[in-house]
Amino acid sequence: MMGIRNWLGQAASVSKLGLETIWERKGASATAVVGIAGVVAVAVATLSIAQGFRRTMTAGGDPALALVLRSGADTEMMSFLWLPDTRVIADAPGVARSELGPLASPELFVVINLPKRDTGTDANVPLRGVWPVAFQVNQAIEICAGRNFQPGRNEAIVGIGAVREFAGLELGQSIQAGHTQWTIVGHFRARGSLAESEIWTDATLLQNAYHRGNTFQSVWVRLERPEAFDQFKVALLSDPRLNVKVLRQTEYFADQSATVYNLVNGLGRLIALLMGLGAVFGAWNTMHSAVAARTREIATLRALGFGAGPVVVAVLVEALCLGLAGGVLGGLVAYGAFNGYRAATINWQSFSQVAFAFTVTPSLLVEGIAYATGIALLGGLFPALRAARLPVATALREL
Amino acid sequence: MRLFRLILANLARRKLRTALTALSIMVAFVLFGYLAAIRRALDQGVSVAGADRLLTRQKVSITQPLPESYKARIARLAGVRKVTHLTWFGGIYQDPKNFFGQMAVVPEEFLELFPEYLLADEAREAWLRTRNGAIVGRRTANRFGWKVGDRIPLQATVWRKKGGELLWEFEIVGIYDGASKATDDTNFYFRYDYFDESREFGRGLVGWYSVRVHDPNEAAAVAERIDSEFANSPHETKTETEGAFLRGWARQIGDITTIMVAILSAVFFTILLVAGNTMAQSVRERINELGLLKALGFTDRQVLGLVLAESCVLAGVGGSAGLAVAGVLISAGDPTRGALPIFYFPSETVTVGVVLMLGLGFAAGILPALQAMRLEVAEALRR
Repeated sequence: MMGIRNWLGQAASVSKLGLETIWERKGASATAVVGIAGVVAVAVATLSIAQGFRRTMTAGGDPALALVLRSGADTEMMSFLWLPDTRVIADAPGVARSELGPLASPELFVVINLPKRDTGTDANVPLRGVWPVAFQVNQAIEICAGRNFQPGRNEAIVGIGAVREFAGLELGQSIQAGHTQWTIVGHFRARGSLAESEIWTDATLLQNAYHRGNTFQSVWVRLERPEAFDQFKVALLSDPRLNVKVLRQTEYFADQSATVYNLVNGLGRLIALLMGLGAVFGAWNTMHSAVAARTREIATLRALGFGAGPVVVAVLVEALCLGLAGGVLGGLVAYGAFNGYRAATINWQSFSQVAFAFTVTPSLLVEGIAYATGIALLGGLFPALRAARLPVATALREL
Repeated sequence: MRLFRLILANLARRKLRTALTALSIMVAFVLFGYLAAIRRALDQGVSVAGADRLLTRQKVSITQPLPESYKARIARLAGVRKVTHLTWFGGIYQDPKNFFGQMAVVPEEFLELFPEYLLADEAREAWLRTRNGAIVGRRTANRFGWKVGDRIPLQATVWRKKGGELLWEFEIVGIYDGASKATDDTNFYFRYDYFDESREFGRGLVGWYSVRVHDPNEAAAVAERIDSEFANSPHETKTETEGAFLRGWARQIGDITTIMVAILSAVFFTILLVAGNTMAQSVRERINELGLLKALGFTDRQVLGLVLAESCVLAGVGGSAGLAVAGVLISAGDPTRGALPIFYFPSETVTVGVVLMLGLGFAAGILPALQAMRLEVAEALRR
């Protein structure tokens, strides 16, 4: 019976021997490392699209904000509220107040066509009509170039995400919506949130341009405090004058991002799985030839009294190192090439474009490296078992 | 033939290594085939769009309606053969997740303009008789187990009925098939006259127009004619060919082609290294033998060809298996369970795939093959 310390000592010395000779097998080892790195890079890059999209959709989620839509509507796009409805909503308990009155902002939401910069084809860009109170309800909005639009004038401000993705949104340019031209007078940031993909303008003028009469699509509300949400919701749902649904902003954004997030994430994982399978075969091949090249050496060790366990451990340790190297390399490539890469896609729920940046999160990197070591260990498993089972006498006679 | 047996024998020398390499090549081609199908699905049949059909929509956004009266004005323009309108309904069947397209159309005109939807004559008659009748594509009918005669309730999201009722009920009078596998057979079409008289607001407004031109070569001119007809009216239009519209729509998702090419390049680069490494090892092990072949009178070129052929056979076997697996996976259905209206294995993928296999085989084998070619007989035999 071999003592634990002895066993560990053997494993360590065989591993050391294996690792020291990696350089002599640099071609095969590099293949395994690059193969695994390729898998990790593609997987992390693809998943970073899903992460970035979700981050944009949920960024700046403010627990004190609530959204009121007509019941049955899932998005602002489909919703519809009359002016008197919006007044009832503004007077509900739990709504914060300022010198402008209740912090409840009735808004219009339409989409307009603008050419995407990268493809030159038309895309649906959201256009939001608001009253001045909107800037006190959504406190994330911050003008970063030009100035805010003036109520009563055909002026608009544009989120910086939209400015980057679509042509024709520079200061001084104008866009058409309804039958009216709107001059761009400012650009704004919104803490990286969804609003940065939008164009904002005066609600009353937008109503006229779209022949909407005195109707709105949604009401955004700032609550006195986040806990007031339940009270506010109950009050609206039990009011016989209204037929609405009430959501927290965070909840609404999470719902909105679900389809695209799940699609991209699912696709990314599918690709990662398939590529991972390919890399397992690659790593297996590499470790197999590593073991084959050292058949004599391993047999000698066994003949000297080294156990089968330490030999298995040594092969797996070598595989693990290759996997770690591949994982780190792939993660770095994905981070360097794609983190912050800007893109825009359509959000099916609101039928409009969302500008976002690929986001390689630390947890994605960790996941990628873990995946890499998993691939390598799986690839190293059979060669390790083979090494352990080598019949000593035949192996020594080989070569 | 004998050479071919030699190639097979060489590949069989290290069976595990050959199998592992072929398997990793296979995986690359599974991905290649699968991504080709996804790309085609996201392109939504741009390739089969009617070349003689134009799509006229409201200039600012397709979500804005156009007056029904435009139909007569478009029909009068030179070069226009036939025109009809479609209106997006956007209702919910039981749950928002059960998404499929629903449109109000004028049946006779619709079926004439879109011959790619194959509908039996009885179904067509029934549709013309039934005011709340609807036809649905085979794929959606199968998805929900609908049969002719079923009454389908749809919850409106925009179009309330008179009196504010949200629930619309349609009777299925026919199930249509697509003329080719690239035809979208997921949509649900019902009668515009019933829709228009029942809706609470928006009467006389339609979603967009589909226009057939006399001569596809004149499509651009006709499109311009339509748009200038309505320039400076309260509802200006934008007209383009159906293909251009669909392509633009696909690009709303993002530059799919670039993303796919990027992923596949990474995959193939990786596989190239794996296969190249295998071939290099195999040549290194056989230097002795290759020298012997040369001593027996094989020419340098024959040895080069032998190694290259071995590499190409390996790539071909792995690649073909990969495309076959991709074909099976794709026929099992799309990964989103119904969100992609078209999902099939595009046949040109096979051609591109074969080219890729040969390219991969060549690229992986060329360095080891050159090495084998340059072997000096005496030198090789001494090892």
